[in-house]
Amino acid sequence: MLHKKTLAELARDLKARKVSSEELTRTFLTRIERHNPALNAFITVLAEPALAEARAADKLLAAGKGGPLTGLPIVHKDIFCTEGVKTSCGSKMLDNFVAPYDATVVERLKQAGTVLLGKANMDEFAMGSSNETSFYGPVKNPWDLKCVPGGSSGGSAAAVAARLAPAATGTDTGGSIRQPAALVGLTGIKPTYGRVSRYGIIAFASSLDQAGVITYTAEDAAMLMSAISGFDPKDSTCLDKPVPDYVAALEQPVKGLRIGVPKEFFVEGLDPRVAEAVQAAIAVYKKLGAEVKEISLPNFWLSVPTYYVVAPAECSANLARFDGVRFGYRCKDPVDLTDLYMRSRGEGFGAEVKRRIMTGTYVLSSGYYDAYYLKAQKTRALIRQDFLEAFKSVDLIMGPTTPGPAFGLGEKTDDPVTMYLNDIYANGVNLAGLPGLSIPAGFAGHLPVGLQIIGNYFDEARMLAAGHQYQRETDWHTRLPKNFE
Amino acid sequence: MSLTPDDVKTIARLARLRIAEQDIPAYAQTLSSIMEFVAQLDKVDTVSVQPMAHPLDMTQRLREDVVTEQVDRERYQQNAPPQVEAGLYLVPKVVE
Repeated sequence: MLHKKTLAELARDLKARKVSSEELTRTFLTRIERHNPALNAFITVLAEPALAEARAADKLLAAGKGGPLTGLPIVHKDIFCTEGVKTSCGSKMLDNFVAPYDATVVERLKQAGTVLLGKANMDEFAMGSSNETSFYGPVKNPWDLKCVPGGSSGGSAAAVAARLAPAATGTDTGGSIRQPAALVGLTGIKPTYGRVSRYGIIAFASSLDQAGVITYTAEDAAMLMSAISGFDPKDSTCLDKPVPDYVAALEQPVKGLRIGVPKEFFVEGLDPRVAEAVQAAIAVYKKLGAEVKEISLPNFWLSVPTYYVVAPAECSANLARFDGVRFGYRCKDPVDLTDLYMRSRGEGFGAEVKRRIMTGTYVLSSGYYDAYYLKAQKTRALIRQDFLEAFKSVDLIMGPTTPGPAFGLGEKTDDPVTMYLNDIYANGVNLAGLPGLSIPAGFAGHLPVGLQIIGNYFDEARMLAAGHQYQRETDWHTRLPKNFE
Repeated sequence: MSLTPDDVKTIARLARLRIAEQDIPAYAQTLSSIMEFVAQLDKVDTVSVQPMAHPLDMTQRLREDVVTEQVDRERYQQNAPPQVEAGLYLVPKVVE
């Protein structure tokens, strides 16, 4: 069945002309029509444009042209500007916004010949861990429709988990690719900060945001990473570093790999079923010949409080551009300029976004800047220092991606801090700028559990190889949620 | 750190966010709980630590000072109708 095949398998079938891109695209569009109402994973579906792109891809493939991704359908998180297509960022503020240009990630995947099925739902302005803050309504977890898929890339995760698309892009500022991937049983990668261009990604926190992908396998992620990574003159924080052949590098053996498991990760608050699945996954690596040892990240506990000073501070600056003047939501009949700003922003932004803007404004304000923002920049340095120290004696760090499996819709929306703690294992990775990968590693009851693999700077190849070798030994990544088979 | 409703009003004004009067107590409560949570940072001695603004060890890249952008004003302003006139964005009167 086409929708159960990996991106790599579909690419082979397309090249061998066993299936056409049009047939593939129709398959997924039909599944989207049937299943999306229950999931709400899409904000925009691009049926006719997708078919046109598919036909163009088929022409190339028939002529023996095209590359490794030609004709493959994908989905973009609605945070990526897509020219001529609505780009809402999950917000009322941009409900009427049609992007006048393509993000670099979008442009590269377009040039590689992929077919865009639609734009995925997400937490508003990427702020959330459950996809419950979206203006377009919450997304459901295909494994249990009463549960969240995680966030902020919840739509991307749910769409791929339900096999409505074989892959999706996402962004990860504090865990927003890895956490949803873990909660829906998929592979999700957040590259090193500076590996992938942020041009055309609606900015949340500029020193943390990074684009990545959500796929069935590490191999699929490697294929997409090869296409999107690399220098972009339009992003001054994107490094001019050569991009390895991630697919070729997948064959790196696990034997001899030094894996560090931070003792601070296995503490109270971690669901014992998650701990068990993660320990079992690490044991597989040991069996494959890796050296596993306990390490320490003594400042790990500072991750979440540090993140919730730095990210809101940066977001308060980035979201200042939404003022009702040049684009986006504008309130009705503003009486003066101040009223225009205050009501356009007050009405256009949801509660969580307003909370974070206000938190950021507060910590940057006169009298509080040193106590909070400057302090957080220092604790950030400590968190990074711990990782640098650890990487002197290990190649990869492993642990749980999340403290528990997917939780119920509405369960954590009363207290923001409870929600923030979902990203306890994820935030530190963004603060340090390191790459992180989450792969499916088992179940807690009927809900998926993820193993997080953290790599050193620009060591995505080693991380993906480790993920790939694990996926050769195990079959967690082949499991499908019951009603979407 | 407990925030009062007046604190919330001040911050909202600085951030140019209109918050309805009846919502202010709830915001005061959640913001207080967030600030209390982040106050944990005080537990750590960071006197001798260099602040880190950025994960990368790099300086701002420079380029030649030449025009490279195409300004397609009409296309970019398509997202602001009917608030545009003669290529200018319309706002309520600012100067009396």
